[in-house]
Amino acid sequence: MQSSFPFIPESASTLSGDVDAVYFYISGVTVFFTTLISLVVIFFVIRYRRRNPFEIPRPIEGSTKLETLWSVIPLVIAMSIFVWGAKVYFAEYRPPKNALEVYVVGKQWMWKFQHSTGQREINELHIPVGQKIKLIMASEDVIHDVFVPAFRIKADVVPGKYTSEWFEATKPGRYHFFCAEYCGMNHSGMGGWVVVMEPAEFENWLSGNVSQLSPATAGRQMFESLGCASCHGANGEGGRGPALLGLFGSNVVLNNNQTVRADEGYVRESILNPQAKIVSGFGPIMPSFQGQVNEEQLLQLVAFVKSLSTTKPETPTTKPPVNANVKPSAPH
Amino acid sequence: MEEFEVPRPPRTNYLNAEYGVKSWLLTKDHKRIALLYLGGISFFFFIGSLYAMAIRLELLTPQADLTQSSTYNKMFTQHGIIMVFFFLIPSIPATLGNFLVPMMIGAKDLAFPRINLLSWYIYMLGGILTIYALLAGGVDTGWTFYTPYSTTFSNSYVIATGLGIFIAGFSSILTGLNFIVTIHTMRAPGMTWFRLPLFIWAHYATSLIMILGTPVIAITILLVAFERLAHIGIFDPAAGGDPVLFQHLFWFYSHPAVYIMVLPAMGVVSELIANFSRKNIFGYKFVAFSSLAIAVFGFLVWGHHMFVASQSIYAGMIFSILSFAVAIPSAVKVFNWTATLHKGSISYDTPMLYGLGFIGLFTIGGLTGMFLASLATDVHLSDTYFIVAHFHYIMVGGTLLAYLGGLHYWWPKISGRMYPEGWGRFSALIVFVGFNLTFSPQFVLGYMGMPRRYHTYPADLVSWQVLHVLSTAGASILGVGLLIPLIYLIWSMRYGRIAEANPWHLPGLEWQTASPPPTQNFYETPIVTSEAYEFAPPEAKEVVGRFERQRPVKI
Repeated sequence: MQSSFPFIPESASTLSGDVDAVYFYISGVTVFFTTLISLVVIFFVIRYRRRNPFEIPRPIEGSTKLETLWSVIPLVIAMSIFVWGAKVYFAEYRPPKNALEVYVVGKQWMWKFQHSTGQREINELHIPVGQKIKLIMASEDVIHDVFVPAFRIKADVVPGKYTSEWFEATKPGRYHFFCAEYCGMNHSGMGGWVVVMEPAEFENWLSGNVSQLSPATAGRQMFESLGCASCHGANGEGGRGPALLGLFGSNVVLNNNQTVRADEGYVRESILNPQAKIVSGFGPIMPSFQGQVNEEQLLQLVAFVKSLSTTKPETPTTKPPVNANVKPSAPH
Repeated sequence: MEEFEVPRPPRTNYLNAEYGVKSWLLTKDHKRIALLYLGGISFFFFIGSLYAMAIRLELLTPQADLTQSSTYNKMFTQHGIIMVFFFLIPSIPATLGNFLVPMMIGAKDLAFPRINLLSWYIYMLGGILTIYALLAGGVDTGWTFYTPYSTTFSNSYVIATGLGIFIAGFSSILTGLNFIVTIHTMRAPGMTWFRLPLFIWAHYATSLIMILGTPVIAITILLVAFERLAHIGIFDPAAGGDPVLFQHLFWFYSHPAVYIMVLPAMGVVSELIANFSRKNIFGYKFVAFSSLAIAVFGFLVWGHHMFVASQSIYAGMIFSILSFAVAIPSAVKVFNWTATLHKGSISYDTPMLYGLGFIGLFTIGGLTGMFLASLATDVHLSDTYFIVAHFHYIMVGGTLLAYLGGLHYWWPKISGRMYPEGWGRFSALIVFVGFNLTFSPQFVLGYMGMPRRYHTYPADLVSWQVLHVLSTAGASILGVGLLIPLIYLIWSMRYGRIAEANPWHLPGLEWQTASPPPTQNFYETPIVTSEAYEFAPPEAKEVVGRFERQRPVKI
């Protein structure tokens, strides 16, 4: 992860240059004002040193003009940093629609990754270069954080909900990633490598790995074994419970006339705490599955519900699920 | 310098008015209570520093050398808890503030002397409980106690430590209450609000934060304890709680607490800069009101600790812009201190060296805060060594330097003895160099991506180890720089040159009485007829040059 200059971190994502630009701008401001104030202080301290133990300098009251000047100039500079920083932050934290999704589960003290094609990894994440990757992250226990310094990206992984971050690597290579939120005894060991590969090499890696059930397929099996089908229909077409076909990404009207967007968090909550949001026209009859499914299984159920949706985001470079026995209800 | 007659200390003063342990433990004199606090705070600072040295030694190499991870985690946790809650927060207000707030406004004591003594006992009780928790097995949650780790997963003495902090919080509240009432009601005749030394304004603003903020951390700690004991489901998502709620509550206090630590330091520095350049402070009202502005705006920026903690990006935007806004009053202060030096008569005494050092280091600390207020860069730098470097520049480069500067400045008044000036200047220089060498490499480490609270780091990153070695070397120098004053200040209490009533020849009220002062501070109530920092009588304002005052000058 060393770059040519030893004290600047490797820059390997589409946004890392933008973050660095803001960083260097603030560095410039910092160096300029630190130098300015230091030089002025040193100049005054030497120029106006006490030459005579009895001297009393003439009092100077102050100047509203100067006070205004040195309030307004820093404010203008600060606001320029704010606007630029906010702009890059929005790009960093709003995942693009067509990203390849990877499910991440953090637990004391390891990381589990699962690709949408089913491959699982521990403490290593293989991704193709030049492809937008979105991590959908959950925690089994405490708060963790996925931090990839070379990509300048970081987001907490908070138990009880999904968080996400995205990046697009620009250079093949191996990059350190770390858990950046203190999580207990082996916190400093809870990291690993992001391995960025050329797309062809990545395809090779995918096919070289023993094929496993894709998250959506595994989710379908869970759906059947947990008995969800008895209310939501064998193919998610609905029954006593709301239909799941086409649900993901749509707007759902609740029985209190509120409308919510069916995202990962909504599906998750509806499984663990079904009474929280009741779909309009249905009764509060669904039991909670809290404690019956772990975070990985939950993510698989979410993936299954997603696969039933017409608005599933496109995933251009991935192959279709290897063992897929579920046909998406509409072509990609 | 040596030929003038040695002034004799007043026959009875607050130090020798009564003898015996009981006369100290039951004292109602704010000056003696300040010394009790000084003892307690120095003790906790010493313990906290030992942890710091152990941490720095461990990080010399990438692998684990001295301790296991569980021990290391306890070390940085306990370093943080002791330094924040038992050193930094009470440091300046409880020692220098306690000693000087009544003296600077011309009062005999604080408004509630018994409550003042009570606050020290509460502080010590909280401290002893925390020390007990450390000895019994320690705590490993980080000083921030983030849930659900602290509530559900940590197997350490969370409740005992939390209770220690909870109890110590009441001493803050009582001190703040005492200061506010004292400043409102006990000013000497003629001491109007705009004649108050800026030290008093800073303590007034600090007291407001103490009273308004501390109850929130007290409640938060109680909720953590309830959650740990009874699992009531406030923070644990499995029981329907929200772990991020804890961060909101915690930072709602702990961000303003940063200003509890740094505002009194700013007050000290205003005194140092004005008095050691014999000038009234440039833009007095701007400096005074900027303290209040910081106290108020400081309550509105807590969310900048949570830009990567799954907070909404729009909330992040609001907290970011407010954080930039709160930087402006601090910048105004720095500019005004610098302008005060202009055409002054600047002495190079030890307190002034600390004051000038503060300006430089606080400027760096403040400006590097912009990297963290800015959303884009905070995402990369959050939870890295950049944060560690930034807040140590504020807390150590700022608060600790001001505290040491203030301690030297008022030492003749407190002890009746002078500290050795040569050693003072020498150690101030050592502290400055050691401090910068310790913490400036950590900015680079953070930018390189080194997360904080890491016991080990990857061995393939050679530049990380280089930076850690520099930092540890700096910490050793800083440690020596801090030991020297500890030794000579204690030495000077017995062997130091006897101090005059007003060794610096300053107009402040605290200098217009004996050193050390009598128990009632002033032999007669002072009547104030001039502004703060007025070195020449009004009619002499146009006279530049000679010290044509009624005050005898012996140098």
